[in-house]
Amino acid sequence: MPVEVLEDGRKRIRAPLSDADVLQLLAGDVVLVNGTVYAARDAAHKVMIEMLDRGEELPFDPTGQIVYYVGPTPERPGNIIGSAGPTTASRMDSYTPRLLELGLKGIVGKGGRGPAVREELKKHTAVYMAALGGGGALAALQVRSQKIIAFEELGTEAVRTIELEDFPVWVVNDHTGRDFYTDTVRPWRKNELLPEDLQIPVDTYNGDGGGM
Amino acid sequence: MSAMTSVREIDASEITRVVRELCMEICYTVPEEMVTLVKRAREREESALGRQVLDLLIRNQELAAEGEYPYCQDTGYTVIFMDIGQDVHVSGADLYDAVNEGVRTGYTDGYLRGSIVLDPLFNRRNTGDNTPAFIHTRIVAGDQIRIQVDAKGAGSENMGKHAMLKPAAGIEGVKHFVLQAVAESGPNACPPGIIGVGVGGDFEMSAVIAKRALMRKVGQPNPDPQIAELEAELYEKCNALGLGPEALGGTQTVLAVHVETMATHIASLPVAVNIECHAHRTGARVI
Repeated sequence: MPVEVLEDGRKRIRAPLSDADVLQLLAGDVVLVNGTVYAARDAAHKVMIEMLDRGEELPFDPTGQIVYYVGPTPERPGNIIGSAGPTTASRMDSYTPRLLELGLKGIVGKGGRGPAVREELKKHTAVYMAALGGGGALAALQVRSQKIIAFEELGTEAVRTIELEDFPVWVVNDHTGRDFYTDTVRPWRKNELLPEDLQIPVDTYNGDGGGM
Repeated sequence: MSAMTSVREIDASEITRVVRELCMEICYTVPEEMVTLVKRAREREESALGRQVLDLLIRNQELAAEGEYPYCQDTGYTVIFMDIGQDVHVSGADLYDAVNEGVRTGYTDGYLRGSIVLDPLFNRRNTGDNTPAFIHTRIVAGDQIRIQVDAKGAGSENMGKHAMLKPAAGIEGVKHFVLQAVAESGPNACPPGIIGVGVGGDFEMSAVIAKRALMRKVGQPNPDPQIAELEAELYEKCNALGLGPEALGGTQTVLAVHVETMATHIASLPVAVNIECHAHRTGARVI
């Protein structure tokens, strides 16, 4: 399904993603994620990379898919999932290039990515998006179903399929190599109150880009 | 025993019960002052995007307080601060076992995530029930036990920093170190949060008082006017970094800065910074 641009500028996407989809997602865009994504975080990534090293097949084919860095709380009876916000993405930096090589197109987490991952996203036409850090309760409301598909012994860190409906995220690192966090902070830094090494050169970036 | 001071018996099961209840409460309902301070940040925030983020955080607070979904899926390290009256005798079980039983049952019955591995290096297997807790005890006067439970998320805990500064670095050196830590934490510590600063002590005590600083009622200044002034200056300067809510840019990077100090060596100026995210989950009871 192609990227749908809403009246307010937000972009609605559905997994899996094509290169053409990724090209339309730019740093600062607010994106509503739909469809089935794959939940995996630290322990699952470690195991998956070990499997690749041994020449084994992963529990899912990453081609075109979106991985969501999440380890939910146990669901209460009658609920689909527990609290399910994103975890810090940079912890997965050392694992990410391998998955991008296999065709992974989208990642959802929180916080920034290192320069190596930004470069790999560019190289493989992929996108990193951040969800609301610490907003685990709100995130749960956008989940329509979930199922553990591998590594059940890892508990909260098991690999799951999670079906999302209009899950809001913003694009942090796009296929051009741009980093949204660098842009966002600049106009708000009050250099006159700060030591020299923490000052940021002023430029013409106009600040308040886009809603969420 | 002569000059009999009566010793108060407290059954260990009472400690278990209180810890269990606190675990279940705090992970869903943030302290009242956090509700007030996030609303205040919403009023003060100059960035439109920052205000939208703060609106979402307010909704997240309200939704979590309904009791179905914890505020954040990272229900944290369970950190326990116990002030134990010296006229108390705990009977019935080992004190630490009693605390851990409270954590185990609280996290299980409260549908909270276990996030603790027993072995950090060789076998990072999740214990599943968030035990063991990280327990700090202090012996104090009296015949009561005060228990404060804190659920500390790893995203913010990982952004903590510690240094043994030279005394010549002085107050300016401490301020610089705090600002660097907050600047480097960027979006990872889920701002706007609270900055706990510990200055003085030896290597480990500075880190302990930095975390104790976070246990203070949020926004309540240090009773020492000089330290309170330092807190106010750091609050302004941390916000001048412009990270804003979720580091998407803005004027509200921190909700409060809490500084604690203690005695130190003539050759040392230890400083520790413990950053807390907007998911500040803590509560206390006195038995």
